[in-house]
Amino acid sequence: MASHLPPRPTAQQSQAEAGGMASDEHHHGPRGLMRWLLTTNHKEIGTLYLIFSLSMFFIGGIFAMVVRAELFQPGLQLVQPEFFNQMTTMHGLIMVFGAVMPAFVGLANWMVPLQIGAPDMALPRLNNFSFWLLPVAFALLLSTLVMPGGAPNFGWTFYAPLSTTYAPPSTTFFIFSLHLAGISSILGAINIIATILNLRTPGMRMMDMSLFVWTWLITAFLLIAVMPVLAGVITMMLLDINFGTSFFNAAGGGDPVLFQHLFWFFGHPEVYIMILPAFGIVSVIIPTFARKRLFGYASMVYATASIAILSFLVWAHHMFVVGLPLVAELFFMYSTMLIAVPTGVKVFNWITTLFRGSLTFEPPMLFALAFVVLFTIGGFSGLMLAISPADFQYHDTYFVVAHFHYVLVPGAVFAIMAGVYYWLPKWTGHYPHTRLSQWHFWLSVIGVNLTFFPMHFAGLAGMPRRIPDYALQFADFNMITSIGAFMFGISQLLFVAVVVLCVRGGEKAPAKAWDGAEDLEWTIPSPAPLHTFETPPHFEPHRH
Amino acid sequence: MARQGIQDARKGVRRTVARTLVALAGMFVFAFALVPLYDVFCQVTGLNGKTSNQAQALAHEGADQDRVVTMQIITRGSPGLPWSLEAHTRQIRVHPGQSAEVHFTFENLGDEASVARAVPSVSPSEASLHLRKLACFCFQNQRLASGERFEAPLVFQLTRDLPDDIKTVTLVYTLYRQDAAPSRKSGTQARGGDA
Repeated sequence: MASHLPPRPTAQQSQAEAGGMASDEHHHGPRGLMRWLLTTNHKEIGTLYLIFSLSMFFIGGIFAMVVRAELFQPGLQLVQPEFFNQMTTMHGLIMVFGAVMPAFVGLANWMVPLQIGAPDMALPRLNNFSFWLLPVAFALLLSTLVMPGGAPNFGWTFYAPLSTTYAPPSTTFFIFSLHLAGISSILGAINIIATILNLRTPGMRMMDMSLFVWTWLITAFLLIAVMPVLAGVITMMLLDINFGTSFFNAAGGGDPVLFQHLFWFFGHPEVYIMILPAFGIVSVIIPTFARKRLFGYASMVYATASIAILSFLVWAHHMFVVGLPLVAELFFMYSTMLIAVPTGVKVFNWITTLFRGSLTFEPPMLFALAFVVLFTIGGFSGLMLAISPADFQYHDTYFVVAHFHYVLVPGAVFAIMAGVYYWLPKWTGHYPHTRLSQWHFWLSVIGVNLTFFPMHFAGLAGMPRRIPDYALQFADFNMITSIGAFMFGISQLLFVAVVVLCVRGGEKAPAKAWDGAEDLEWTIPSPAPLHTFETPPHFEPHRH
Repeated sequence: MARQGIQDARKGVRRTVARTLVALAGMFVFAFALVPLYDVFCQVTGLNGKTSNQAQALAHEGADQDRVVTMQIITRGSPGLPWSLEAHTRQIRVHPGQSAEVHFTFENLGDEASVARAVPSVSPSEASLHLRKLACFCFQNQRLASGERFEAPLVFQLTRDLPDDIKTVTLVYTLYRQDAAPSRKSGTQARGGDA
């Protein structure tokens, strides 16, 4: 019975009774495909989100492999420049909106109710709807690849007028799919906020919540604040393309730079939407395997909130070369650098938590430690980019590509993987295969650095982004990068193997699967029964 | 007691959802409100390098003979419009406060009549507030028959309060089609255009 994820109710009836936490007598839903289509259970929806995200991760990954294969050598070998542009665009869009964001929402669906002692999400039906919007949105987005004129080819930032006046006809489909994905995120965010604010078990104050819950609460507020702006921007694009308005069209009195302001007003908080939940996951995992309380809990919460607030004041650091006045260059430079302070607080707290802890290096801890080191590298290159005069050299080079891949791949993606390894015993009742997970970790870590570290040098030497061909002096860097990318890409198959094996069997995990784990999810049996915390659990706060 | 708790939670959820929906609607409206706000902000600060689209009066303040600013003039066409636009003077050195005149020639190289407008942009953008145009072809659309040539002057003045660190001002005119082009279905209809 363990091959079902999450297990069928009959499978863990006995465990549930033993745990005294849940009963499954209410579950008389449909079976088979309809069960997944109609489910309102937070665990099943969480699983759906995670499976969806993993498939998008591979689709976006294949696009990245096409890009890296073309860039393996200078010259045009495999694809035409037009198709190359579609690949970079689709890679970015799929990874941001299809892989990273749904993965975090999936983890929130699974773990937020368990960590606050709630029976389910506050709005279960809405939850189902917000998930099923995603496959529709991304089927639509992927279908543009076979449309006449090809898929969107203007980069994931879709700057107007490249994405309006000069865009392929499929852009309207791209806009619609982004609208759907945006609505999905907004509904997910409403649900998460409503759950966290109203369904905490009695006695759990806000400052007793796990940091994963905290970071997700703040992320959900960011989503509420900026997804409507994205919706507004793409609506304006739609009007410009199909209804003859001139929001971004200089010919009719519009301004293309306005597009960039609006886009980055959404785009910069979006960056934090993709990293704050990662901070939360790491802040939960590190104390567990250091067997110490998290150092500076309150400062972690305040640091997260400050990062979120500051994220609204820094958007123009993406636009240092559009011709901003000196005052604006300085303002956005300093406000950007200011973000390093709360981020530094976080890194300091993680390291201080590790200090004199009794550390063990299970797979989740390996990924969390790699996160701390490699995310910090990405943070430092971000500081370099924040220096406005220096940015004139770095702008639109591979240095930027190196920077945001460092914060997103060994940052967000590693944190997601750490979270998956950490909670797999709770989801499946089995520990992930240790040897295989270690192989996955080491191949990923080496692959990631081989891929993205040389990009710094290529960028500093002047290699521009988004080009299918390049000057000869960049050949060696690119060959190393491509080899690393293939290595990273292929080693992710190991991850799938670990997850599948873990679902099918493996070493049995007890309720409290990890020695130092503290949160409420470890009080229910492993695997978690379909229904949990139908009566609010007793909560004994360790006042921070 | 438990039932009471569930009731409270339900009420709380409803309140939270209502509040977030209001915030969402507010942010969506805000995104659109940013467009006129941005225009106003730019008019006040000159941030986007747009100049006034009406003729302005000469500021009688006398030329600052000690200071010389280079005015560069660039003209550009755009796809779908078979016109050429030439500035007779590419670069002119002026004293702040002094008025100057530059002549431009429009020519329709296509085989049918069309309507277009030359849209100006100033760099650095701070200079746009200090560039006064006394006469300009950019205030209205031009209609040229096939092969027609048209000469038009630009009379401008850089005011004396131009910030000291600005030594060069670049004025770019880009030609945009203002009537619906037969070959392209979108992007050419003007919001403010009177084509």
